[in-house]
Amino acid sequence: MIRVTWILLLLVSLHRAASAETVAIRGGTILTGAGETIENGVVLIRDGKIAAVGTNVSVPADAELIDASGQFVMPGIIDAHSHIAAESINEGSVAVSSMTGIEDVLDPTDVDIYRELAGGVTTSNVLHGSANPIGGKNAVIKHRWGKDAKGLLFEGALPGIKFAMGENPKRSRGQGPAARYPETRMGVIDVIRQAFTEARAYQKEWKEYEEKKRGGAKGLSAPRRDLELEPLVEILEGKRLVHAHCYRADEILQLLRVAEEMGFRIATLQHVLEGYKVAKEIREHGAGASTFSDWWAYKIEAYDAIPYNAALMVEKGVLVSINSDSAEEARHLNQEAAKTMKWGGLTEDQALALITINPATQLRIDDRVGSIEVGKDADIAIFDKHPLSVYAVAQKTLVDGEVYFDRGLDLVRRAETEARRKELLERAKGGSR
Amino acid sequence: MTGMALLLLALVSDEVYAIRGARIVTLAGEPIEKGVVVIRDGRISEVGPDVAVPEGAEVIEAEGLEVYPGIMDAISQLGLTEVGAVPVTNDTVELGDFNPQIRAATAVHPASEHIPVARANGITHAVAAPGSFSDFGGAGGFGIQGQASLVNLDGWTVEEMAISPSVGMVLRWPSLETRTFDFSTFEPKTLKFEEVKKKYDERVQMLGDWIEDARRYDRAAAAGAEPDLKLEALARVVRKELPLLVVADDERDIRAAVEFASARDLRMALLSGRDSWKVKDLLREKGIPVILGPTLALPATEDTPYDKPLTTASELQAAGVRVIFASFSSANSRLLPHEVGNAVAYGLPWEEGLKSITLYPAELFGVADSLGSIEEGKTANLVVTDGDPLEIKTEIRYLFIDGKLVSLENKHRDLYEKYRARP
Repeated sequence: MIRVTWILLLLVSLHRAASAETVAIRGGTILTGAGETIENGVVLIRDGKIAAVGTNVSVPADAELIDASGQFVMPGIIDAHSHIAAESINEGSVAVSSMTGIEDVLDPTDVDIYRELAGGVTTSNVLHGSANPIGGKNAVIKHRWGKDAKGLLFEGALPGIKFAMGENPKRSRGQGPAARYPETRMGVIDVIRQAFTEARAYQKEWKEYEEKKRGGAKGLSAPRRDLELEPLVEILEGKRLVHAHCYRADEILQLLRVAEEMGFRIATLQHVLEGYKVAKEIREHGAGASTFSDWWAYKIEAYDAIPYNAALMVEKGVLVSINSDSAEEARHLNQEAAKTMKWGGLTEDQALALITINPATQLRIDDRVGSIEVGKDADIAIFDKHPLSVYAVAQKTLVDGEVYFDRGLDLVRRAETEARRKELLERAKGGSR
Repeated sequence: MTGMALLLLALVSDEVYAIRGARIVTLAGEPIEKGVVVIRDGRISEVGPDVAVPEGAEVIEAEGLEVYPGIMDAISQLGLTEVGAVPVTNDTVELGDFNPQIRAATAVHPASEHIPVARANGITHAVAAPGSFSDFGGAGGFGIQGQASLVNLDGWTVEEMAISPSVGMVLRWPSLETRTFDFSTFEPKTLKFEEVKKKYDERVQMLGDWIEDARRYDRAAAAGAEPDLKLEALARVVRKELPLLVVADDERDIRAAVEFASARDLRMALLSGRDSWKVKDLLREKGIPVILGPTLALPATEDTPYDKPLTTASELQAAGVRVIFASFSSANSRLLPHEVGNAVAYGLPWEEGLKSITLYPAELFGVADSLGSIEEGKTANLVVTDGDPLEIKTEIRYLFIDGKLVSLENKHRDLYEKYRARP
């Protein structure tokens, strides 16, 4: 019996794979994330991309149908701050760990990839930890559960890097023989200034070399490559995004100023719990802000954190997203976004943007994901109720038009797993068979 | 005190309120679609569809709004901690593993910023409990950690806040868990089972001895023996005046704790209870209620269904186990209604969800005669909302604690307004 069901399931999934070229999600309320709500609409997907959206969409006869009657269809949720699917997070032994990167340690078997699909998440910005003023490189991934590490990577996403301010980089190695500079916020800024001073010299060395080479000079030897400084040069040249962990308003400001002094911009301020105090300066610098909804008081630099932070920064013109920083929190980012309606009075559209198009824009992948629009990747989450309600339960999640999470199927499979577990236990107890 | 102050005080305590026109969810029968609640001398003096507004009462026009019993956080650390990472602000865990004599109310800080923050989301009273409820307790935590206290979340002093300084005895059950987390190296660590088992057995033996000592002491005290503060406190558990609030998560540990309490005829409630769904029949049979922690939690193991922490409450409830929810937290106490809302999304009946943070904890802690529902004669701890209190976007409009209309202002609101006005 068990075997028969497994074969059926296999056939079902084979069938899905075979006809996955055209998929139509019908009957639901579509929250496009592009300012539109379409009742009883259709999302037509062809080859993993959104081919049509609306009420008057003709569905080809061979399309695989997903019935979303009475349900809500929204863009896949994007988490701008995640630490899932990685074998390690912090290289804390050095103050500048820009030579390291999450891509080298991606773990496609981390079940959190699936658990977050079950909360509607389709893209995550997997970041290095916050032990260093300048941390390691990030990896933007799609939740293609079952694919290998390379298959997870969001192809073409602009690379990024982690920076960190405040208590974490200060205290990360504690006292004693493991102690590490910096110990203060002064030292944190100094490390960044030093590193970029070196990076600019390194950049200059290479530029001079390239110029001489172009000029036809003979007998040149290339400067020695420096894997620590290369990512910093990419930052200076706008080819790598800085995602900076920060809490207090003063350290946020110091970071913006040292970046301006060194000639680069901060792409996103992460956590940015006191961002509401310096929203004006953040907007003027052009940084995005990616924050938690309402965590506070767990450490002193989080004591002035308020649940109005996201809404207030939005009101002051900052591009804001709500992130998780946690494999658990990521499973209900829709609820975290809903809190901004209560604390600060954002509209439904504004609240949804915090977990869809805004993080997409912050990660510079908004041409690919973040809204349900023709030409974009078919990364879609389907909830049984309005996703800003506490009662909404994710039903299906699609990445590139493929169903990676299906609650109905999950319920069937877990029953099978349980039956199999029981059978194996019986056998183990029963001895030889 | 001057005559004027006395007069003012008299005026304040004489304040009569009438909430008019609201939908009243009493939790003592069907909701009243459009009714009046009259509050006098700190109590609900009248409630019903056809109640007249007394002359001179301050009227709260509440048409379109809803009235609910005040929300109770059944196990919290409100008042006991301010900033988690700053040890000097924490009064949660005492040294030693045998502290039945200490009481949370002694350390509840009435000026904690956490209290008005919790209040702003409808929490009117809470049990402050000593002990460590972090998920990282692992194999290390154990002991009788002290008495939990029930307080109103309003008052100039803890004496004004206290409803009962002692409503339960917290016991962190020793764990057979071999996997633990070493904070000195920030690495997971696996201990040898034999070692863990040896220590575990010693601790269970010790626990049994303490209970036996308390029983003997109780008899000796009646015969005039010298006072012993620890045993005197524990004797209240032996006499079943106080429930033993047992923190345990692992199935083996839960079963062992139930067996322990059952064999000694103690009143037990299970706290946290991550694996309680595996033990639901036993819990029902023994009549042991479960105070669950946050529903928004990761499953215990990789192959546990992804929604297990969300469905645990409904599974227990369907099996006939009494389910109560609590935050086990201070800063996150305000999230309690949302945690319950999530359990409702995964099958817990809505009214059961509401009762799990109002009536049921009041019953467990022996205060249901005055709290937990909207009935004449009960303490006026009430919440007036613009909708379902379990829903995230619902706003709290008015809050009554002990019959007083309490401010919804708090540190967060103040900072919001201050910086919103920044040019």
